[in-house]
Amino acid sequence: MNFIPRLRERLYVAKKLHVTTTVNGEPAEFLCEARHSLMDALRDTLGLTGTKEGCNNGNCGACTVLLNGVPVDSCLVLAVEAEGAEITTVEGIANLGHLHPLQQCFLEGAALQCGICTPGFLVAAKALLDRCARPSEQEIRFQLSGNLCRCTGYDKIVRAVQEAANRLQEVKR
Amino acid sequence: MKDFEYAAVSTIDEAVSLLSARGPMATILAGGTDILVQLREGHRQAELVVDVKKIPELLEIDFQPDRGLRLGAAVPCYRIYEDAAVAAAYPGLVDAAQIIGGWQIQSRASVGGNLCNSSPAADSIPPLIAYDAACVIAGPERTRRVPVARFCTAPGKNVLRRGEFLVGLEFPPPQPRSGCRYQRFIPRNEMDIAVVGVASWVCLRPRENVIEAARIALAAVAPTPVLATEASDWLAGKPANAESFTQAGELAKRAARPISDIRGPAEYRTHLVGVLTKRTLSDAVQRALAP
Amino acid sequence: MATTPREEHTNRPMRVLGTRPVRHDGADKVTGRAIYGKDVQMANLAHGKILRSPHAHARIRSIDTSAAAKLPGVYACVTSADMPNLVDKMTELGEGTVNLAHLGANVLARGKVLYHGQAVAAVAAANADLAEEALELIKVDYEPLPPVTGVLDAMKDDAPLLHDDVFTNEMGKRANKPSNVARHIVFEQGNIERGLREAEVVIEREFRTATVHQGYIEPHVSTALWNADGHVTIWTATQGAFTARQQTAELLQIPISRVTVVPCEIGGGFGGKISVYLEPVAALLSRKCGRPIKMSMTRAEVFEGTGPTPGSFMRVKLGAAKDGKLTAAQAWLAYDAGAFPGGVIGPGCMCVFSCYDIPNARVDGFDVVLNKPKTAAYRAPGATHAAFACETVVDELAERLGIDPIELRLRNAAKEGTRRVDGEKYPRIGFVETLEAAKASEHYQSPLSGANRGRGVASGFWFNIGLKSSAAANVNPDGSVTLVEGSTDIGGTRTSVAMQLAETLGIAAEDVLPQVGDTDSVGYTDVTGGSRVTFATGLAAYQVGLDILAQLRERAASIWSCDPEKVTSESGVFRANGKSMTFKELAAKLHHTGGAVVGRATVDPQGATNGFGTHIVDVEVDRETGKVTILRYTAVQDTGKAVHPSYVEGQMQGGAVQGIGWALNEEYVFDAQGRMLNPTFLDYRMPTALDVPMIDTIIVEVPNPGHPYGVRGVGETPIVAPPAAIANAIYRAVGVRMRELPMSPPRVCAAILAK
Repeated sequence: MNFIPRLRERLYVAKKLHVTTTVNGEPAEFLCEARHSLMDALRDTLGLTGTKEGCNNGNCGACTVLLNGVPVDSCLVLAVEAEGAEITTVEGIANLGHLHPLQQCFLEGAALQCGICTPGFLVAAKALLDRCARPSEQEIRFQLSGNLCRCTGYDKIVRAVQEAANRLQEVKR
Repeated sequence: MKDFEYAAVSTIDEAVSLLSARGPMATILAGGTDILVQLREGHRQAELVVDVKKIPELLEIDFQPDRGLRLGAAVPCYRIYEDAAVAAAYPGLVDAAQIIGGWQIQSRASVGGNLCNSSPAADSIPPLIAYDAACVIAGPERTRRVPVARFCTAPGKNVLRRGEFLVGLEFPPPQPRSGCRYQRFIPRNEMDIAVVGVASWVCLRPRENVIEAARIALAAVAPTPVLATEASDWLAGKPANAESFTQAGELAKRAARPISDIRGPAEYRTHLVGVLTKRTLSDAVQRALAP
Repeated sequence: MATTPREEHTNRPMRVLGTRPVRHDGADKVTGRAIYGKDVQMANLAHGKILRSPHAHARIRSIDTSAAAKLPGVYACVTSADMPNLVDKMTELGEGTVNLAHLGANVLARGKVLYHGQAVAAVAAANADLAEEALELIKVDYEPLPPVTGVLDAMKDDAPLLHDDVFTNEMGKRANKPSNVARHIVFEQGNIERGLREAEVVIEREFRTATVHQGYIEPHVSTALWNADGHVTIWTATQGAFTARQQTAELLQIPISRVTVVPCEIGGGFGGKISVYLEPVAALLSRKCGRPIKMSMTRAEVFEGTGPTPGSFMRVKLGAAKDGKLTAAQAWLAYDAGAFPGGVIGPGCMCVFSCYDIPNARVDGFDVVLNKPKTAAYRAPGATHAAFACETVVDELAERLGIDPIELRLRNAAKEGTRRVDGEKYPRIGFVETLEAAKASEHYQSPLSGANRGRGVASGFWFNIGLKSSAAANVNPDGSVTLVEGSTDIGGTRTSVAMQLAETLGIAAEDVLPQVGDTDSVGYTDVTGGSRVTFATGLAAYQVGLDILAQLRERAASIWSCDPEKVTSESGVFRANGKSMTFKELAAKLHHTGGAVVGRATVDPQGATNGFGTHIVDVEVDRETGKVTILRYTAVQDTGKAVHPSYVEGQMQGGAVQGIGWALNEEYVFDAQGRMLNPTFLDYRMPTALDVPMIDTIIVEVPNPGHPYGVRGVGETPIVAPPAAIANAIYRAVGVRMRELPMSPPRVCAAILAK
């Protein structure tokens, strides 16, 4: 719930821009200041707090979302740039309450401990598996090197992505 | 950070007129991966952000084997390495595009933006210099071209004048028996700014294992990326072997004037220039010889 | 109600422990629904920001917040003047005593600033951008003083003095003039001079380590609501809700009954989210303006304004006989405390020789204040530094004597009954077992070939503590059991605790529904730290289970009209006189037999659970650049009974990779003015997925005699050995001994070129 400034307090209110966009397949719109990031808009305005802030300068990947299908650090995208775009966040990965194989494999493989980096990894890993059916361990590590994890040491994350790739291939057969 | 105005333009002329009107308090926005960080940390101020990602010329990748490559200034890195023809023709550029930040950065950051940010450590600039690319600059008076090797003038500074902005980069067509390799040294395996970056481009004589011409460009060892002219010129006519590469590395060190900072001590950087020059020359020759 | 732990059968087959159920909070965590501190929202929420010192050392002459307060949209400003003055108040908090005046000054500076980034003032405003604007209007008049940031420099007599009320405490005796050396610890055993004389080989080396941060991905964040009834509720990212409550209440001098702390899901802690930073400030701002206040740190603030682990200078001397038996061990350890005394030199001194049985030893340790952020715990605090020194010298001894490094350790290994230099005698421990498992491992048995490659081994130890935990559980009519416990969950412990309750009751792990309670809903529970939760809160869950079983046996007896003593409960089945009922069947009858069954327990187990690890690492070194690549890594650890093996493995892997980062690239770089030059994840270089291989784990289970299921603490031990193991591997790869952390490429390259 946002704080709506009362006019008589004459606060400094920067001029807001109106943005129309699509988030997780559904139309969305919001007001934002030009300086707000997409991460700010998703979390604070649209209430989609699944995307996390770790560093706010593009060095940890916790804020990863898909922007027109490519993974980006939402802290380095202006909220206004969402205009006309399609955005996928972690909230959009499960299908109507059914976990995506990646989510399932992360849970079964204990690929999360504190879980703060998990949304970013899931979004990036989904983008990877959407492009590459069976990435090698090195490819997984390379493509996910923009996502920092401090708890797991990455071992079980990489294995979960490999297992998810296997399951997705089996579903296709 | 203070709020700013945002304008998404769809033509070069619109951008030029906004930039001319607002001067230094206006800034171009392409990928945003440098600009937003600088604005947030107070290293840059802007009252107007001009988003150029809807200008068609800035998004084009136009490669013709006989004419060369015209690369729009706002093309994100991932589109470069996902383009098979461009990746095959300019592998040295792809070396850089694949390692600027991580995947999330490469989805947005552009080579044009990397050049305009004009960091001495920029990964894409040495390959641009090695390939002898040229900047296409639009402005209030006319469009002009400047060799990339002359674009950066000091850390964070370049030849762009008020009202001007970079619209694209032009690469000469690939020559037969030529190859280019960019390598940087970083302490981790990804996500770091280059401690030293070297791009080596070589062209071999038609039927001999002899270097016809070479261009070696260095990053992070001077106030701007530099063309190591002495080393490059020395290689002309030399056999393409380890001894030549090593000697070229020693000469390239002379073009380095590094500082010591949090990314590395000066002597270490000079040492790395020799190491990376040797290695990139060897790889560039391998690429030149590849069918 | 409680059964003595030794009565339980640690050898009987377990039905739940050792399995790998999906964690109970899993769905929320993979769908983005879990509420972490920054996700908290409420009506009228205002935002707070902190003004931080630009000087590493300065006197504060005055602070003028009037211009900031006048900015439209600013609701309140606070400084230390809004906090009670707590001179000389000490309090017992969780893992040790804390000087409240120092804690208060670290939350908002009083009189002096002692490190760059120290909090000086705070504002609350309509949004974070306005709050930042307001900070720029606060005028602070500083008198800069010369800073000191090197531990040896800070110990000199002519060093700039940080506190005029800190006097060296030397084994209980207080010096009579103030010093930057807050404490001098001495541990002695046997006769060190004789031990050195008896040695045929003596090696003495010096080591240095840099300041390193825990690096949790979630920055600190707290939301405080000081309500009209004078009660303040704080939603915060913390490793200990009760500790945060107590610290906040003490700092503001209000009764704990007026403070509720609600622990949010937490994005990592590793020891760095135990002390309060934002909670009291948010509370003060909320009190002043009547709105809820959310405060969060930027990444730079986390680096500059929270509690990294110390840098250090260490000297270690080991003497051994020709057969490798250690005859003498001596250590001189000086650790940064940061700006306030009370650093982790104590555990460092206790751990330095903790893996070995050495008859003659002496350890001198110094707690040194200097102009850096006040240090906090980082996963086995102080032990990694000490192990880097000791395990490197052990490796040198092994080479000098021509003995295999694991064999040398086996000849000196601490066992049950071994007396540590600080006087503790070990109970049943598993160090020897980890060495034997490492020696027999596929990794150690397979040859390593290739130029510039080498294999290193090192061992590490951490105590792991007990401390207090409370829990309560209700049996639901469908046979599920709702468990409320007080240990904030930073790695999956609500599941490992739930599994222990399930094991006790004889039901499935999925049938226990664990919740982490806030300070109003569960009994006092100490911090999630010290590798204690699976052990101590698990012990509480076990006793909750026994309490529930006793009550259920009574209910069964009333249903069967027999003596409760005749009812047995085994693996979830109740029996008496030939009749039987499952847990679920009995649960369905509770409403008819008296109502709900509620079990409760509170525990305070004494003594450590002792975790030993041995790590093996293969590296390749690029001779021309000094870059070290980790080729293969195996972590062996005595974990006691592994309750959920996947999460035990995860602790070992996570700790090992933190240790790898510490070893190779992580460090605070300070300029001459004491400012950190690299407060970003760009230049504070933690390992990415591309920097490490798979981390193989070998779990050795030597049951802990102090727990009914044999559980030991697991989480901290794995960070202790990696830097030493890697240093030893680098030596075998390229013949240089690295004695400074991090072993970054320029340093390794310089060492190679210097050879």
